Order: sequence, then structure tokens, then C-alpha cells
Amino acid sequence: MPRPLLTVLRALPVWAYVALLYGFIFLPVGVLVLFSFQGSRVPVPPFNGPSLQWYEAVFADPRMMDALTNSVVVALASSLLSVVLGFLAAYALARHRLPFGGLLQGFLTAPLTVSYLIIAMGLLITFNQLGVPKSLLTVGIGHVVINLPLCFAILYSQMGEHQANVERAARDLGAHEWQVLALITVPMMWPALFASFFLSVTFSWDEFIIAFMVSRFEVTLPVEIWSMLRTGLNPKTNAVGSFVFLISVATVLVLDLVVFRSRKP
Amino acid sequence: MTLPAVEFRDIAMRFGDKVALRDINLAITEGSFVVLLGPSGGGKTTLLNILGGFLDPSAGQVLINGKDVTQVPPARRPTTTVFQDYALFPHMSIAGNVAFGLRMRGVPKEEQRQRTQQALDMVGLGHTAKRRIHELSGGQRQRIALARALVVEPSVLLLDEPLGALDLKLRRQMQEELKAIQKRVGTTFVHVTHDQEEAMAIGDVIVVMNDGAIEDVGAPERVYLRPASRFTANFMGDNNLIEGRVVGVTAGGVSVETALGVFAVAGSADVGAQVAVSLRPEHLRPEAAPGCIALGTAEVAESGFFGTHHQATARLANAGTLMKLRLPQKRLVRPGETVTLHADPADMVLITR
Repeated sequence: MPRPLLTVLRALPVWAYVALLYGFIFLPVGVLVLFSFQGSRVPVPPFNGPSLQWYEAVFADPRMMDALTNSVVVALASSLLSVVLGFLAAYALARHRLPFGGLLQGFLTAPLTVSYLIIAMGLLITFNQLGVPKSLLTVGIGHVVINLPLCFAILYSQMGEHQANVERAARDLGAHEWQVLALITVPMMWPALFASFFLSVTFSWDEFIIAFMVSRFEVTLPVEIWSMLRTGLNPKTNAVGSFVFLISVATVLVLDLVVFRSRKP
Repeated sequence: MTLPAVEFRDIAMRFGDKVALRDINLAITEGSFVVLLGPSGGGKTTLLNILGGFLDPSAGQVLINGKDVTQVPPARRPTTTVFQDYALFPHMSIAGNVAFGLRMRGVPKEEQRQRTQQALDMVGLGHTAKRRIHELSGGQRQRIALARALVVEPSVLLLDEPLGALDLKLRRQMQEELKAIQKRVGTTFVHVTHDQEEAMAIGDVIVVMNDGAIEDVGAPERVYLRPASRFTANFMGDNNLIEGRVVGVTAGGVSVETALGVFAVAGSADVGAQVAVSLRPEHLRPEAAPGCIALGTAEVAESGFFGTHHQATARLANAGTLMKLRLPQKRLVRPGETVTLHADPADMVLITR
């Protein structure tokens, strides 16, 4: 047998495996996106498109647009708050010897190990007890609860000894504590701050269970999609799902681009 | 008498139950280049950090220009530091780095620009102002760190092993430059190093530190030629320390009985005291000379050529002691050769500590 053919034959199982693996991961998403361009009223084969009518329907739906705005507001606000709080906590624990520092750090990162369902139930009970009405604010608080530990963990891991020395140099040259933070620490940590912010945004953007349990009239996009699904399959759900997916991918891409670029000197 | 630029009074430093510094009393004259010299873990960097305000001493006071600054944070001390890893601001331009201290002091923009340019010119990097830190070599970064610390005109400049990361040739060159810059600006420099050659090359005053205490303070010549303790005698260059006992006291000197014989050495000590006689390798001669006494015959164990001199070790036949020798470039000895060692009693130094 000629050698090139043999090489191809040997490589075949490998490629088949790769195709299966990626197919398993991406086929559902592919089907979802494909049938969002469906021409008829049901998102099942045969495909008779492409058509943008369902996207038009989504963007013409005021409830959808309200949910979209809510999602954006919650994602940006809760992520910003998570990054600010996470940064301050990381700075304090990395730069100062605090009483029970290890314990504080443990409690800060512990929520990472708790399922969102448990957190959602806990929040629901707490808000009920305190008499806090369910709203976008409570959803935002919920998202800070899940994203703060993540931001803290990322930022804490990036506060190295070299950076502490650079901060020391700034103090030595007469910088006050706030000037050290604003002029040295934050600019030096910019890639990590950016990364944790965008990760938080994607997590908040996709999050369903907490948003579902602690909201009532003002809902986020995933909750709106869920209530749409209850009335049956519809290419409109595919369209809005594809849109949510597109935003997530875009966020991850931006994150990757910025962090990747900053790795190069 | 003018006030010392820096004064340490009874400084002690403990980390948990580990004593890092004890009984530090030291006055530093204004405008001098002081080198804190010692092995790692000797306490020299701890002392520098106390002077810079980065560490609070467990006891004692730090005075700068006569003012007690023990409780003053680094930002408000008239000191600046050149750090070991330079600690430059990676996200700022070179001019931004140098101007930082002036900016923190609220110096007007135009003056900031002028003084930054002057500081950069002083370290020979005036043309790099707009560049970024990562475009510079190690030696250049070191100079930027120096310019950044000097531009604010501190009373005392602290240098924490600033030349440690440079290769030998560049290090020697930077030593000369540091010395020249210090002479030009007249600022008091306090420089930490573990390199005794560097200390002698740049220091007006050397402070030898070991195990958290000051062993010796003095001009390089004095510390090298008449070391105050066994530690200093061994740490500053190669040495032969001959242990012995004081057997008699004469006018201005003592007789010390050693394994090599009894020597009359200048200095004072009580009869019966355990002392040592320091004899530098370069002071041992392989032949008789006027004023010299013979120490005995010795067999050369090994020898090596070091360019400017030969270095050898030889075992004395009478005492079995291994002696370090430093012989002139043209005086070649070979292992196995027997030589008679001579020394001038004037070169022998009595070490009582």
C-alpha cells in the first residue's frame, strides 16, 4: 500500500473521534441556531429558510426588549460591583495581615462550591424574611453573590510579590494609599480586572435559576425565554436563544482578545 | 558639630521569636556613602527597611536630620529607595516613572518636566524619556530607578542591593558611576550589599553586620587592614586567623602564644585572654625580607593563577596549619614545593572579639 494512503487511514479514527466529540458539544447549538432561521412556524425539520422573520418578531416584542434591557443592566451593574468588591477584598487580604485572614478568605471563596439552586433558595428565604420585594435589585444582589467569589479568586491570584514591591516604591516616592491604588495597583491589574468583569458579565447574562426565583415582574432574558418555552416550541425561542448565545460568544471573544494581547510584552 | 544625617538609637527588631536586629547604634554623617555589608540574613536589609519606614522597629528610634521619624510612614520620610528588583512602574513611560515622585509632591508640570529631564541626563538616559520600561536593559532600568529616587532630592538615598542582578562587568561600571553621582549630588547614600569588593570600591564608611548586630564600622582601609572582630577579619577578603593566648603585656602591645610561636603584636588585651592574630595572605612572603620573622617551612598544597597574582595554600610543617598565600604575578610556586614563610609583625593584627 502506498505510504500516504496508509497515513490517511491511520488518521481516520482520530478524525472520526474529534468529529464525534465536537459534534456532541456543538450539534444542539447548531440546530438551535439553524432553526432560528426557519421559514415555517415550527422549529423542526425540514428546514425551509433562511428567513429573518423570527428575529424581527423578537425585536418587535416589547416584553423581549424589556427583558433584554433588564439583562444588560443586571449583568453590567452586578459585574461592576463584584469586581470592585472582589478587588478591595483581594487587596486587603493580599497586602495586609488580617486577624483570621485565612478564614475570611475561605468564606469569600466558599460560595463557588455551592450550587446556584441552593444560593437561590437561600436568597429567596432571606429576602422574604427581611421583607425585601422581589425585583431586578434582588436579582442583581444574587448575581453579586455568585460572581464576587470568582472575581476575588481571579484578582487575589494576580496580586504577586513583585507588584507589592512596585506599590512600595510608589509609597516611598510619596504616594498616599488611594494614589497607590488608583495610579499603580489598578493600572497594573488591568488585564485581571477586565477578565473578571467580562467573566462575571457572561455568567450573569446566562444565569437562570437565581434570576427566576428572586424576580417577579421585571425579568431577565433567560427567565423570559423560559416562560416562552412553556407555551410550546417556536422558532422565536430559537431566535432569542441564538441571540443570547451570540452575546456570550462575543463577550468571551473580547475577553480572550484583551487578555491575550496583554500577555505579550 | 553638625547633626548626623541618620541616627539609629538602640534599634532592635524581632519577627516572632526570631531576633533580626539587636543593639543597633549608628550615626551616619551627612553626604557620606555608607555601605551596610554582611552575609544574607545578617540584618542589613532589615535595617534599611527600618530607615525607609517599611518596617517598624520593635524597639529604639530612627532620627533623620535630628528629627525622630520612627513613626513616620515612608511617603512622608525624606528618604527614597532604589529597590533590588528596581520596582519600576511597568505601565508608565520612563519620564512618567521619573516624574512620579514630583507629581506626588505637587510640583508644577513645567518644573516636573525640567527636573525629570535633568535626572535622566544625569544617568545618561536623557534620550529615552518617551520609551517604555520593557524596552530597557537591566543596567538601564537600574539607572532609571536611580533617577526616579534622586529627582525628588531626598535627604538620604537608600539602595537595596541595586547591583545584584547585573553581570560582573556592568556591576563594576555601575559602582564607579554610583560613586561619581553620589559625589556630584552630595546626598547621603546608604547602600546594602553582600559583596565586600563592592563595599570597598564605593563606600566612604563600611558597616559590617552579622547575625543582627554591627560587627565593625569604619573606612574601608581601616576595616580591611585592622578588622575589629574575627567575623570582620574573615568576611572582608581572605585571611589567616591564628588562634592564641595572651602571655604577656608590653608597652603598646601584647605577646601572643600560638601554635606557630610567640608573636609580639600591637594592641591591648589581658594576660590569659583567648585572642587571634590576623595575617592577610598578601602579607605572607615566601622569602626573608628586612624586618620580617620566619614562621616556619611549609609545603605548597595547591596554587592557581589569578591574572594579577598567584593564590596558593601551604601547610606549615611545625603546626600543621593550612595558610593562604597571595604571591606576586611572577613568583610561581608549584604544589609539593617547600617554602619558608615570613611575615612582618607590623602586619599582624590582634583580634580580641
